[in-house]
Amino acid sequence: MIYLEAGQYKTTYEDDQAIFPIAQDRYLVLAAVLVAFVAVPLVANEYWLQALLIPFLIFSLAAIGLNLLTGYAGQLSLGTGGFMAVGAYMTYKITTAFPELNILLVFIFSGLIAAAVGIVFGLPSLRIKGFYLAVATLAAQFFIQWLFNKVAWFYNYNPSGTITAPPREVFGVMVTGPEATATVRYLVALSLLVLFALAAKNLVRGRIGRSWMAIRDMDIAAEIIGIRPLPTKLLAFAISSFYCGVAGAMMIFLWLGSAETLAFDINVSFQVLFMIIIGGLGSILGSLLGAAFITLVPIFLINAPALVGVHMEVALERHIESIVFGAMIVYFLIVEPNGFARFWQITKQKLRRWPFPY
Amino acid sequence: MNSNGKETLLQVDDITLSFGGVQALSHVSFDVAKGEVLAIIGPNGAGKSSMLNVINGFYHPQSGTVTYKGRSHRQMRTHEAAAEGIARTFQNIALFKGMTTLDNIMTGRNLKMRVNFLWQALHLGPARREEIEHRRYVEHVIDFLEIQAIRKIPVGRLPYGMQKRVELCRALASEPDLLLLDEPMAGMNVEEKEDMCRFILDVNDEFGTTIVLIEHDMGVVMDISDRVIVLDYGRKIADGTPDEVRANQAVIDAYLGLSH
Repeated sequence: MIYLEAGQYKTTYEDDQAIFPIAQDRYLVLAAVLVAFVAVPLVANEYWLQALLIPFLIFSLAAIGLNLLTGYAGQLSLGTGGFMAVGAYMTYKITTAFPELNILLVFIFSGLIAAAVGIVFGLPSLRIKGFYLAVATLAAQFFIQWLFNKVAWFYNYNPSGTITAPPREVFGVMVTGPEATATVRYLVALSLLVLFALAAKNLVRGRIGRSWMAIRDMDIAAEIIGIRPLPTKLLAFAISSFYCGVAGAMMIFLWLGSAETLAFDINVSFQVLFMIIIGGLGSILGSLLGAAFITLVPIFLINAPALVGVHMEVALERHIESIVFGAMIVYFLIVEPNGFARFWQITKQKLRRWPFPY
Repeated sequence: MNSNGKETLLQVDDITLSFGGVQALSHVSFDVAKGEVLAIIGPNGAGKSSMLNVINGFYHPQSGTVTYKGRSHRQMRTHEAAAEGIARTFQNIALFKGMTTLDNIMTGRNLKMRVNFLWQALHLGPARREEIEHRRYVEHVIDFLEIQAIRKIPVGRLPYGMQKRVELCRALASEPDLLLLDEPMAGMNVEEKEDMCRFILDVNDEFGTTIVLIEHDMGVVMDISDRVIVLDYGRKIADGTPDEVRANQAVIDAYLGLSH
């Protein structure tokens, strides 16, 4: 009843093609964005922002990036961590070389460099598919990590081998570095995520998204109606790597503060892949839900035993975390390959008739 | 121009295609006049689908040329064929299962869309205008094939006959000059076949599209085609109007069968 869309007539194709064609959805999303921008910074404390919300935003962006490539274009990739590292290290190099350059612009530039790297490692996708492509992208992961470890130029010959976010201001507000408050970093990350999520949604509902999905669903038919596989796949690799690169830069500069290549190892690639599998392949909303789930569960597992008065070893918690993730992934792959996003759709369908059974 | 005084759209000349030791097509030649409905028939494995695959560049023949709109191609490439207005449907439906009917049909407009990805990411100005302009044409085709009701349904959930119709719709959305239909009526019941026949004739009539189709239902073939070509073991054994072909002894022996 509440969610009934009856009476909302669409009189133009423009209305029909809107991202949220149903008015209730629009209000809900608007409310969520308002809460995220206004209420959360007022309420949340340092711990919640730093441990939960900022990583959620950053991984959401990376998950959207991988979802464009894997969920929409159907190209399985395990190079996410590598592409994120490119973004982070390039941001570090550019911002230390040109300290006066706006750090947000530097994020974008680094994203573009990551996109170029993504194109190079996407070239094998013309010939190989599925698991074999995943192995080929694994090469990107290992090679990039090795490169940033081996060549001291990338971390400015720092003896510790780490990169550290230097203090940078945007419009007089400290955004990165030790003096930047968690609230500011949260707001910057949130703004970037909202912008890029909107752009991703626009891409996937237009020509480009349709050609990606066409290649994913049936590449031969796509070719025959004139979609050229190589440019289409490479564009997917480029845009996906751009998103991952920006997410990687945000990870160091808005969240961790300093890190070495270990922060971008194969586990990160897997983690982001789990996010989109659990959240929903081929769904922008699913990327967010998956990222929320994967960042929330460890926090929950750490806090839950304490709440009921049980003490648990950290190592045990880690193991339980792996078991829960493993079980969830098996569950989703078997029962609901479309992940949380599909659950959300089913809920919406049920809501339309609620409280009547049918 | 061909012997009938009609303009030739497609000319297939001396095509030979083999896969290893298997001779799929040998020295096949024929031409298709603009605006005609041509049927290719023949027993299973006669090389009918291979012929369509050669025409739209999916297979590259060992010898022979395909002349389309006056230009000869030793090897046509699939995306070139699509860009020059050759569209096709498949024997086993080749729709994009995860996408809605509307999105499937919109992919048929892909080649006509120009706006780059930056505009699309913003979804402003040119990108929005282009999307709506092409949506308008797609809706025209949707109306034409009477599938308004299933616009927003993922094609994987549609019944078989409907999927065939959506596939035809997708091919039509690209405004083809030449439409290749590979068994458009396979597996359909009588009503669906009748609908499909009507659509094919309407398309030919209204859009002026030249149609080459493969079909096993002789009743359908004889009713809707202007000309029939018969293939057997990769060779062309007959070429003519339905009546001529029906009377041809070689065709009767190879395909239509003898009445005992």
